[in-house]
Amino acid sequence: MMSEPLVEVQKVKKYFNVGRNEAVKAVDDISFFINKGETFGLVGESGSGKSTLGRTIVGLHQATDGRIVFGGKETTSLKGKEARELNRTMQMIFQDPHASLNPRMRIIDIIAEGIDAHGLLKGKERKERVYELLKKVGLDAEHARRYPHEFSGGQRQRIGIARALAVNPDFIVADEPISALDVSIQAQIVNLLEDLKEEEGLTYLFIAHDLGMVKHISDRIGVMYLGQLVELTDSESLFDDPLHPYTQALLSAIPIPNPKEASTRERIVLEGDLPSPITPPSGCRFRTRCAHAMDICSKEVPEWKEARENHWVACHLFNETKGGKEYEKNHL
Amino acid sequence: MSRLLEVNDLKVSFKTYGGEVKAVRGVDFHIDQGEVLAIVGESGCGKSVTAQSIMGLLPKKVSMIKGGSVTFNGEEILGLPKKKMQKLKGSEIGLISQDPMTSLNPTMRIGSQIAEAIKKHTNYSKSQVYARVIELLHLVGIPNPEKRYKQYPHELSGGMRQRVLIAMALSCEPKLLIADEPTTALDVTIQAQILDLLKDIQKRLDTSIILITHDLGVVAEVAQRVAVMYAGVVIESGEVEEIFEAPKHPYTWGLLHSVPKYEKGNHEKSRLVPIEGSPPDLFAPPVGCPFAARCEYAMEICVDQMPDVTKSSPTHSARCWLNDSQAPSVKDFVAAGGER
Repeated sequence: MMSEPLVEVQKVKKYFNVGRNEAVKAVDDISFFINKGETFGLVGESGSGKSTLGRTIVGLHQATDGRIVFGGKETTSLKGKEARELNRTMQMIFQDPHASLNPRMRIIDIIAEGIDAHGLLKGKERKERVYELLKKVGLDAEHARRYPHEFSGGQRQRIGIARALAVNPDFIVADEPISALDVSIQAQIVNLLEDLKEEEGLTYLFIAHDLGMVKHISDRIGVMYLGQLVELTDSESLFDDPLHPYTQALLSAIPIPNPKEASTRERIVLEGDLPSPITPPSGCRFRTRCAHAMDICSKEVPEWKEARENHWVACHLFNETKGGKEYEKNHL
Repeated sequence: MSRLLEVNDLKVSFKTYGGEVKAVRGVDFHIDQGEVLAIVGESGCGKSVTAQSIMGLLPKKVSMIKGGSVTFNGEEILGLPKKKMQKLKGSEIGLISQDPMTSLNPTMRIGSQIAEAIKKHTNYSKSQVYARVIELLHLVGIPNPEKRYKQYPHELSGGMRQRVLIAMALSCEPKLLIADEPTTALDVTIQAQILDLLKDIQKRLDTSIILITHDLGVVAEVAQRVAVMYAGVVIESGEVEEIFEAPKHPYTWGLLHSVPKYEKGNHEKSRLVPIEGSPPDLFAPPVGCPFAARCEYAMEICVDQMPDVTKSSPTHSARCWLNDSQAPSVKDFVAAGGER
């Protein structure tokens, strides 16, 4: 694995004002990096802020605080030409293939929108490029003249992917690209994304709530809860040895398509719902639903620390000075 | 166990501007008392339409029941007059719908919404109705039922609303619960809560549940028997172990292969095996096996003739020519790469 970071997220916050000095802390002080050529998976439940984080990274949202560094340049301070160039290198694939394509535009114009905006190609070359992209994503050149309603969900998602690829990006944020699709079609799209990564040398931020798929496609995975990262490690360690109680619960909640295993394994079923991101719990945000919560958890925000090699977690259970040692002994 | 519901050769079509859509094209299945049956399939395979026709919920203007029968406790319920159907609905058969956001009335307190069905089907006094609603809210695991009774749907989270819908469906102790994608709109951790609740209800109240879903994980979690639907037909049905361990239809193989394996310690990153292509157009459904166009093992006969049901055990049956006695043995196909 190449270890040169392509994207660095440094203490990024994104708050949305909801009147009267109240703010939804959708993303609250998150730091991590994505290596070049890597697929970084971001998981979490709805409302955990994973989509907001993805959108903030590509610049669809302005970060409230913090820095995003892309290829060595801080993105927030870029202006004019450099900002446009940055927009070209970072692209996004959206969740809903029905809502993300303009129904009144032909496929050729949808795919070439980025090419036109950046003034990359004109006339015949533009057309050729679109045909080439259509073939690349498994569609046909003759589809170019059609409208979005003539395509199925899986085909539309392919069009969305072709649009993202049109401007030769380096980095793609895929925000739940398969969750609106049928199981048999999901695998087609995941395979396509994997092939394109190889062919085009792409780096992905793959946002999803389907942990099985995220594990399949990602090299490293970050787990989000209520606007913060709670755990980050490579996908093998995350699944074999989840440290944070939330990750443990999340993993045990995945329904396994194997009736024997499903009947024998023990599940951690979380009580209650996600607390409000306007007034998150004090200290550790997960403590209200955590089976291992201690006194300290309501008082102090757990430190983001490397508990094992390349395995980061924010939990007091892994802080020896805060009584965490005991848990680790019991746990292992 | 006694037979509770039996569906035989059900055919449902819709009238559209483009012509007739044959959404359900001869569906057979049954469910016994206290059993959980899962109907699995992709969008457009007719699983929800099947459920709606059992409940008599199809829009009269555009839908046509073209044939077949649905018997509940030995009595034919297809095409029952509205009054009789209404009596059955709620008191004998309960429905939990997919979207907890749109199935509740936003202008009514949730307590009154649950009370509606009880008032309709029983002659309880006011205080009895209230007590029953509180009991139901307890049953479905809603904390503080007295407080929740007075709240409106927007004050509840998605998981809580789904619990309210389950409470409504259970209000008159139905023998059969039809749950149409009850957890699709929910997060995994909330999904786990709701699935546990459904299993618990089935055990405690001996309710039969028809669970309609597209998620094989959910099926393995709760179902005892499974019916796999494709293009308006049940292509395979059997006990849950039979379907997951010895599937007999290439479509079922495909479904099982297209989800990533999730096992602890196993990190083999094998490529996913998708089912290429997409389901057939139901305006003009194929004459033969509907899956033939996407099937790796399709033979000549598959395109020309719809396969009959073949049984591989008393409980396990499939509609596939590969299981015919004259077909090349499935084992040969498996050896040639069928079971990857």
